Amino acid sequence: MTRRESLQTVALLASFIVAGYAAVRLLAGDPVGVGAWFVGSAIGHDLVLFPLYAGLDALLVLLLRRHPAWAAVGGVPWMNYLRVPVVVSGLLLLVWSPLILRLPTEFRAASGLPDQPFLPHWLAVTAALFVLSAAILLARITTKRR
Amino acid sequence: MLGRWAHWTAGHSPPGPFRARFWRSPLRGPWFTAVLSVVLLPGITLMFLTGLASYAAYNPNLAPVNDTTPDKGLLGSWLPAWPAGPWWLYWVTQGVHVILGLVLIPVVLAKLWSVLPKLFEWPPARSLTHLLDRASLLLLVGGAVFELVTGVMNIQYYYAWPVVFYQAHYYGAWVFIAAFVVHVAFRVGRLVTALRSRSLIRELRTPLSATRPEPPDPDHLVSPDPAPPTISRRGALGMVALSSLALLGLTVGQTIGGRARSTALLAPRGRELGMGPNDFQVNKTAAMAGIVPVDDSWRLQLRGAVSRSLSRAELLALPQHTARLPIACVEGWSTGIQTWTGVPLADLADLVGAARTDRLFVESLQRGGFSTATLSPGQVRTPDALLALQVNGADLSLDHGFPARIVVPALPGVHNIKWVTRLTFSAG
Repeated sequence: MTRRESLQTVALLASFIVAGYAAVRLLAGDPVGVGAWFVGSAIGHDLVLFPLYAGLDALLVLLLRRHPAWAAVGGVPWMNYLRVPVVVSGLLLLVWSPLILRLPTEFRAASGLPDQPFLPHWLAVTAALFVLSAAILLARITTKRR
Repeated sequence: MLGRWAHWTAGHSPPGPFRARFWRSPLRGPWFTAVLSVVLLPGITLMFLTGLASYAAYNPNLAPVNDTTPDKGLLGSWLPAWPAGPWWLYWVTQGVHVILGLVLIPVVLAKLWSVLPKLFEWPPARSLTHLLDRASLLLLVGGAVFELVTGVMNIQYYYAWPVVFYQAHYYGAWVFIAAFVVHVAFRVGRLVTALRSRSLIRELRTPLSATRPEPPDPDHLVSPDPAPPTISRRGALGMVALSSLALLGLTVGQTIGGRARSTALLAPRGRELGMGPNDFQVNKTAAMAGIVPVDDSWRLQLRGAVSRSLSRAELLALPQHTARLPIACVEGWSTGIQTWTGVPLADLADLVGAARTDRLFVESLQRGGFSTATLSPGQVRTPDALLALQVNGADLSLDHGFPARIVVPALPGVHNIKWVTRLTFSAG
């Protein structure tokens, strides 16, 4: 073991002591439930979210490679003008999905506010993102033709 | 032994993601990862510090009723008392904590994407240090996402996890930060080297047509068989930045309040309620708190060296003080600045002969939840600390705590107790 490795081993073990001290308290209420949430968090992106978005994206890329004629409009490739609004809108949905899908039962009672506007708001923001993206694409096509 | 096993398994990698050639993105590489890391390093540090402030703001070490995680032990028994000002302190620390947490989500996801091949590294452990390092990564990634998920769910009132939020979020943060410190300490060298390997300015000027993979790196982030690029590096980083900006722009209004509020289109508290004096955001309605309209029989019970009982009319007859303060919630939103009028807590303390060093135990008519809180002597004696009776020139509405509520500068929202029934001054 090199000196750096020994140092790293000691530091890692020390961090496990701190993490363990906290983990005992974290898990105290419901070890299995909280443990499942923690492990789910550790692999949620890599084994669930990533295959989903990467798979959809791979389909798009594959489709446009098979049909190169579809890939450009007015001489400008449009793929990223689709990707960007999809990603931004998707992230907004991911973050605000509880309210958008009206999952929390307590929100209305606690705040005294209706919980219907979140879905229309998300749809409006999504529409705005697509319109903006299309407008920029159109501007690129126009400048290219000049 | 681990070494021999590693040597044997190295030649027997399972197929699919465990093989380096599975990963074909031409953008993955140490520079790309480092750019995301250099955002996350200060960002996460600030998240942890504002998170600690958020916990300290409840003054957990002053009295057990203030402590949402009483079994914390060494993880916070040393936190200092929370001050009674400046008035914007909690507004800013908690606003930053929640907004920054949302803004960092796209960066964290991008970072996870950028290092994804490392999850499937083969052999799984080359040495004892490597094995421990990978176990630590489980705490790092699990902790980061666990904190983001619990935080994001909590600000939306989505209590689907098995334990109390405070417990999950506070102890989860400590599990995470232990792994984070070691992670940073042993990779900061690599971070600097990777950042220096390319010029950011040049990268921002490089279009898709000139985008090439980074040179092979010792950590094998760069694909050995890269596919042709379909987006430039600046495009991918721009997409992350745009996502962060969208989250910021659609949230910040609920923290600032006033005219900015209606820009928070997706945030829970992004709506104006009207133009009336009581038309601002309510944390918990009277109906939900189980409060029935209070009639003239209500009396404020005051206890100190002597005991007094005061009607609302008697309280209004005492010298009134006006303070312009926001109430900021742990969920990151605020009421914006409102004009509160009522009796200074210091005057009420003097009325029952309380000592200057006495703390104040506040009780509400509300049952359960945050129906009690203990305020420090400093908070009681600060001039703008009020038992508020009116807001913006009108009587408090029932939802805002009629007949009387606590308003103290820099105090977390839920400790500004509504529907106050009893104030007890004591040495503790």
